[in-house]
Amino acid sequence: MLTLYIPMDSVACAVGADAVAAEFATEAARRKLDITIVRTSSRGLFWLEPLVEVDTPQGRAGYREVSPDQVASLLDVDLAANGDHLLSVGLVEQLPYLKTQQRLLFARAGITSPLSLEHYLAHGGYQGLEHAARLSHDEIVAEVLESGLRGRGGAAFPAGIKWRTVRQAQAEQKYVVCNADEGDSGSFADRMLMEGDPFLLIEGMTIAGLAVGASRGYIYVRSEYAPAIAVLREAIDIARAHGYLGADVAHGGHEFEIEVREGAGAYICGEETSLLESVEGRRGTVRAKPPLPALHGLFGQPTLVHNVLSLASVPLIMSRGASWYRNFGMGRSLGTMAFQLAGNVRRGGLVERAFGLTLRELVFDYGGGTASGKPVKAVQLGGPLGAWIPPSQFDTPLDYEALAAIGAMLGHGGAVLCDDSLHLGQMARFAMQFCAEESCGKCTPCRIGSTRGVEVIERLLAAPDSAERERQRALLDDLCDTMQYGSLCALGGMTPFPVQSAMRHFPADFGLDTQEQAR
Amino acid sequence: MNAQQQDTLQQLLQQYRDLPGGLLPLLHAVQDVLGHIPADAIPAIARAMNQSQAEVHGVIGFYHDFRTSPPAAHSLRLCRAEACQSMGSETLAAQLRTQLGVDDHGHTADGQLELRPVYCLGACACAPALQLDGQLHARVTPEKLSALLAACGKEAKC
Repeated sequence: MLTLYIPMDSVACAVGADAVAAEFATEAARRKLDITIVRTSSRGLFWLEPLVEVDTPQGRAGYREVSPDQVASLLDVDLAANGDHLLSVGLVEQLPYLKTQQRLLFARAGITSPLSLEHYLAHGGYQGLEHAARLSHDEIVAEVLESGLRGRGGAAFPAGIKWRTVRQAQAEQKYVVCNADEGDSGSFADRMLMEGDPFLLIEGMTIAGLAVGASRGYIYVRSEYAPAIAVLREAIDIARAHGYLGADVAHGGHEFEIEVREGAGAYICGEETSLLESVEGRRGTVRAKPPLPALHGLFGQPTLVHNVLSLASVPLIMSRGASWYRNFGMGRSLGTMAFQLAGNVRRGGLVERAFGLTLRELVFDYGGGTASGKPVKAVQLGGPLGAWIPPSQFDTPLDYEALAAIGAMLGHGGAVLCDDSLHLGQMARFAMQFCAEESCGKCTPCRIGSTRGVEVIERLLAAPDSAERERQRALLDDLCDTMQYGSLCALGGMTPFPVQSAMRHFPADFGLDTQEQAR
Repeated sequence: MNAQQQDTLQQLLQQYRDLPGGLLPLLHAVQDVLGHIPADAIPAIARAMNQSQAEVHGVIGFYHDFRTSPPAAHSLRLCRAEACQSMGSETLAAQLRTQLGVDDHGHTADGQLELRPVYCLGACACAPALQLDGQLHARVTPEKLSALLAACGKEAKC
């Protein structure tokens, strides 16, 4: 009897996992072999996908980048005894990439079947809610405060303070809203978690509802993530059928229900107030703050808005305790962060580690440099609004404050690598163009500034002489200043980050010489 | 809309009219069933959701996903965000321009395939990525793109 584990993650499938699973089933039937194929989540070792794992007495052995035409040769060797094959990577959990990680949030990644509540419970699921149910509302909030958890969506606001604010607000109806509008290029941790471990998010939201006194939750998922939406909806039905959602979720008569709402292709809806507008059925225009969503959020009611990973961190904080959670990380960045290696990278994937490892460790020890084999030119950290970081700054620890000190930000933890085939002058132009395309239009610096930004960068890149370049550069600096300080939200406010970091660190891509940029 | 489409619309309006903030789910449902949001459905949608027609138009216009004209037979969404750009998505875009004469937001001369840019499909560790008729494909090379197009009947013109 042979047990195979093949991911059902949408990206694993996009590189052939479904076809491989089908071929294993067909070939095994032809050979009259007794095999079980378990479709799991992905380990997040995307450079190995489709990664097929096999139960052996020593643990799960892996076979990398399997294609359907290699299935027959794999079945020729004794897989159950960790048989040798060209595609063998040995025991998966011994791979340095995985072994050196601190998988707290993604402890079940690649191991369990996403929609198996049985698997979830067998691997620590719902222990957090069980513990939370024994505490008072204020004790739960105090635990989250004590853990030092900060919002993982990008703004890194202390979660406990938000929880306390919503808890203390007086209202008939409160809401928990999960921001799953993961639109940053280079980010896929939310997608992996929703597709791979949906009950963890449901449990986190349920605890949040219990703590702040909310009986309804919404998960707002971008429409590009159709498989995640389908998995979540099914998981919600399963949880409800087993009493984990509904009229009494924690044996104390507390009601909690979750509804999944699908976005409609608007990057700005990742901004929390714009997201709330969208859930309310309107254009996703940004709201001015204050009032804070914690007091005046969805449908005008107190609302706890959190990113997927923030909410998914809560069950562990409850079951293991805040003081345990605080053991991970450094300074004011506590716990683990799901870093994501993407773009032109040799070993792209998910790296969950405590805050504090350096960008160099992430890019080289895990990522292995570029996929093209050429030197790494720069890394864009934190999505389209994040700075381009040159190799000279790779020793910066990945911690909110340390990154802010070099004018960068961690954002949602995505790191996009590039080599010299990427022209950072063009990428600066792209940043402005993206902002123009995705601006909600409410504030002028973002709506008009982004379009003017595209034009100024085009003139800068085409400037015939250094005097003209200098004039356009000054204009661009001025425009960036206006956008940064005058915009209503982070879209207009942070688009200058990739633009100015590119100009500062890669002046040659703008036709500027090093002396021109040294200021 | 023909009579059958009218019926479908009425059913959907019944289903979503009382859902709090139900306009987006309703528009998604209409588009899923009818392929687009017909202009003559908007007055009924506005009435059912107790909004002005201008508000409904405003919502449809705001979101990239909603469309008021029928889709082409095949829809190709090529990711143009940073991670895919760093792995050559612009080369794929150029290939589509030269081989099929199709540009962003455009469609082939025979109207069979439309191309839309998309900014991130969450496959950034296996870039570049695209979605063809809703199906995600990653680690896309020029050869793989040609094969995908051939499979949906769009032989690349050389």
